[in-house]
Amino acid sequence: MSRAETGTATVPAGTGAAVRSPRALWTLGLLRSELSVTFRRWRTLALLGVLAAVPVLVGIAVKIETGDGAGAGGDAGGPAFISQITNNGLFLVFTALAATLPFFLPMAVGVVAGDAVAGESGAGTLRYLLVAPAGRTRLLLTKYAAVLAFCLAGTLVVAVSALAVGALLFPLGELTTISGTRISFAEGLLRALAIALVVAASLIGVAALGLFVSTLTGSGIAAMATTVGLLITVQILDQIPQLHALQPYFFSHYWLSFADLMREPVYWDDLMKNLGIQALYAAVFGSAAWARFTAKDITA
Amino acid sequence: MAEVSATEPHPESAPSARPGPGREPEPGGESASAPAVIETRGLTKRYRGGQLAVDGLDLSVPAGSVFGFLGPNGSGKTTTIRMLMGLIEPTSGTARVLGRPMPGAARTVLPRVGALIEGPALYGFLSGRDNLLRYDAADPTADPRTRRERVAAALDRVGLTAAAGKKAKAYSLGMKQRLGLAAALLQPRRLLVLDEPTNGLDPQGMREIRALVRELASDGTTVFLSSHLLDEIEQVCTHAAVMARGRLITQGRVADLAAGARGRLVVTTPDPGDAARVLKEQGAGDIVTAEDRVTAEPPDRDLAELNAALVTAGVRVRGFGVERASLEDAFVALTGEGFDVAG
Repeated sequence: MSRAETGTATVPAGTGAAVRSPRALWTLGLLRSELSVTFRRWRTLALLGVLAAVPVLVGIAVKIETGDGAGAGGDAGGPAFISQITNNGLFLVFTALAATLPFFLPMAVGVVAGDAVAGESGAGTLRYLLVAPAGRTRLLLTKYAAVLAFCLAGTLVVAVSALAVGALLFPLGELTTISGTRISFAEGLLRALAIALVVAASLIGVAALGLFVSTLTGSGIAAMATTVGLLITVQILDQIPQLHALQPYFFSHYWLSFADLMREPVYWDDLMKNLGIQALYAAVFGSAAWARFTAKDITA
Repeated sequence: MAEVSATEPHPESAPSARPGPGREPEPGGESASAPAVIETRGLTKRYRGGQLAVDGLDLSVPAGSVFGFLGPNGSGKTTTIRMLMGLIEPTSGTARVLGRPMPGAARTVLPRVGALIEGPALYGFLSGRDNLLRYDAADPTADPRTRRERVAAALDRVGLTAAAGKKAKAYSLGMKQRLGLAAALLQPRRLLVLDEPTNGLDPQGMREIRALVRELASDGTTVFLSSHLLDEIEQVCTHAAVMARGRLITQGRVADLAAGARGRLVVTTPDPGDAARVLKEQGAGDIVTAEDRVTAEPPDRDLAELNAALVTAGVRVRGFGVERASLEDAFVALTGEGFDVAG
């Protein structure tokens, strides 16, 4: 630091811009700080706790149900794969992800994303980050990266919790794909990991939407409520047949396509459409958030 | 926490960490000829509602000064500070900080500026130390290898070392204020922008902060200090500017500002009626009589003759003199209102 300063002092004709030029690696310090702040919040831990509890509840419910000796009643409805859990605990991973993806996971992401900028603004810490100077684009990218990290963490918490509960309550072993072929337990685990990653990627769109909403207001609560409200609205609209033409553009429309990873061979069409929609949402709402945040007067 | 005196020089603090360039008067490489650390031209901000918050501000803060920024609540001080720090885009006009345009050059200017804006803002669930670590991490020019030392030095400098591990939500207002100051002192700075830095502090804390400001100023740091405490500005500042209703009313050296408002002639006498009559005959204006005190605008002549005239007329004079104008008198004369009246 002092070396850099004396450097410019000896070159008085210079632009004076490079007094302490940032190093590429130093700039990642903000991301590290952001991750630690995000995951040290009591609220984040509570959300992860709720997500971890879902597979436990599903597992226990299925165990009690089958404990009566009635068998897991074939096509009785409920989340995908639920009927197969009693044969193989690994299916609890798929079931838990299918159960949390429509609401619990995106809601948790909406809370974290909605609070990302608006929460800092409401607490006044935003102005100190910006005069540090964090840089508006850098701060926004850091925030988005931290929200995406939360998407992955949330999904993995559900998957790992489900795997643990499944292994405790049910037998493990070879499993049957949707197409009827049998695959080894090791390959089943790999597919479970792939599904978890796809589910995490399915949340990219909600994360971008939440971040955009977060740049619009100075209240973290308002941004969280708006994001979760939008999520519920889209989920409802996705059920209305008259909106058939619009539905392929809803971020949640292809969410459950992750089940196609359990086909043999894997059916890629809807998976790709899902990832495409997520990329589109990230591009559109990411740009909107950037445009809004970099031009915004910070008065809080 | 108060036992660590702010006047105590610390090994990690600015003076030793900045042997050469900090003392040089040139603010930025390209503008060595312009000594102003902050320079605005016609700086104007009109909010979306149409409200004119700052109106054509031409502010010039000389390098090395302790600059007091005065004005009633709502006079546009905070909006000005936010524009200088790149938080708010001006509607028109330009602002240059350390010789470079803001907000355009924020990335190169702001690492050399420490700021306390409208009170401290902290992460309540983090300790005081972790708050500073986070703010330091936000600065891409801050060396992570020296981060812990610099944070410890800043905490020590404001007397918070003992409370560094406590969660910030458990801090008192004065401690939060100190932590906010510490955040402004994480690196050696060329300019410190302090908005009401003694807010919420007890008298001892106020004294410490003032001593700290003087110490920083003597190291060559320019301090831009907004305050509503006129005596604070008078005690600490070399220069001052006064704002009212979004406009800059005056700026200059504090001594000159106070001198601009003329002192008042004060005569203490048991014969106030006669004294007032004689003073009037001698050309004094605006005569006010209150019990045994007669005050007046002094006429443009030797005051010794005035005293002689009083005595010759048989007025018994107990005291005779001119009360020096304070900055407050100057302020009232300039704005035509008391300090706490919102513009």
